[in-house]
Amino acid sequence: MSKYLVDKFLYTVDRDPELVERYRSEPAEFVTWWEAERANSVLNCHTGEASTWLRFTDDERDALASHDHVRLFELGAHPFLTLTLFIAMFERDHDEPLAYQKQYGLRLAHFSLPYPDIAT
Amino acid sequence: MASIVAVIASTHHPFYYRATTATGEDRPPFADEWQRKILAFRETLTRANPDVLVMVGSDHFHQLWLDNMPQFLVGKAPFYDANWYNEEREFGLPRMLLKGQEDLSGHLLRAGLDAGFDLAFSNELRIDHSITCPIITLRPEADLPIVPIYTNIFAPPLPQPKRFVQLGAAIRDIVESWPSHLRVAIIGTGHLSLELGGPRQFGPHGPDPEFDQRAVEWIANGDLDGCLAEVTLDSLHSPGNATHGFMDFMLMMGVAGAGAKAHHVDTLDLFHTMEAYFTWYPNGAPA
Repeated sequence: MSKYLVDKFLYTVDRDPELVERYRSEPAEFVTWWEAERANSVLNCHTGEASTWLRFTDDERDALASHDHVRLFELGAHPFLTLTLFIAMFERDHDEPLAYQKQYGLRLAHFSLPYPDIAT
Repeated sequence: MASIVAVIASTHHPFYYRATTATGEDRPPFADEWQRKILAFRETLTRANPDVLVMVGSDHFHQLWLDNMPQFLVGKAPFYDANWYNEEREFGLPRMLLKGQEDLSGHLLRAGLDAGFDLAFSNELRIDHSITCPIITLRPEADLPIVPIYTNIFAPPLPQPKRFVQLGAAIRDIVESWPSHLRVAIIGTGHLSLELGGPRQFGPHGPDPEFDQRAVEWIANGDLDGCLAEVTLDSLHSPGNATHGFMDFMLMMGVAGAGAKAHHVDTLDLFHTMEAYFTWYPNGAPA
């Protein structure tokens, strides 16, 4: 499991409007690019220092590449990060206020407590 | 020494700003009642006539991240930029600039460390809606200097609930020992039951109205014993997956003190979550 890296993906994409649009329109290509180019960037460093060891598991990569927020929940991605980014990408496709948020919750209805562990 | 003229605990609902500035067809049906309650709540701070605001909140993965996550952090800077791109995008929150009260920040850090709280600090902190929401609701002029204090209610492992209470009590003692003539209000925001990104999100009420009812009673009556007897890091998963934000209310109960009944208590049952507003006057209600 590399929950930390999944969370890092959600976090870094969510804060960049250009990346939000790229992830919305070409998810599989975008996830491949991000893992190759961005996964190992050490955030909060003054210049381009990098780690050497971070990579997704196949499950995580597939869940991200298919915009599968249900699978991300199951894998223990931080639900606030997933929700925020997915609202940014898909709320616009719904006319009614909160329609996307309600649909998002319904798709998770088969989960009961305890939810998947989100500790990293 | 400084005096604490008000202690305030509140939920921080990021939709308030947009709901209550909307007009015509865009204005949601609950906006008028919500605004009335907020105006009454605001008056409880205005009456106390504060000079400085200590603001307790929790960064929502904006500046603080999992590569370097503090449990408790005090801002010490002359200014704080506020609100972030994704808060503009999702909630329509405005960018803000708040002044800092560096002397009180320094005092809180020194005395907090000496009291056994290994506080992190930041000299360049951009604050988010956990602190700007109460500025918008309680002091929209945004004219008073602040000391922001961030807690980790978001990224496990989290500190225990009792540690939030202890920190609240320490903050009160430390502010009261600040060699200053200034009038300080301590304001903190958190959540009652809340679910974000899970199956119980965005329902017609908060995910656990029964928890909310008990929580409001604990807070309103300063019932720290009752609250600590029931609330654990594990138990907070049950009312909703984001309910650990309730620990910021527990911190504020620590500031107000065990057994301290709130002078102002109000709630609003909204979709998704219950709003709750509390004000204590440690030195008695202002005339």
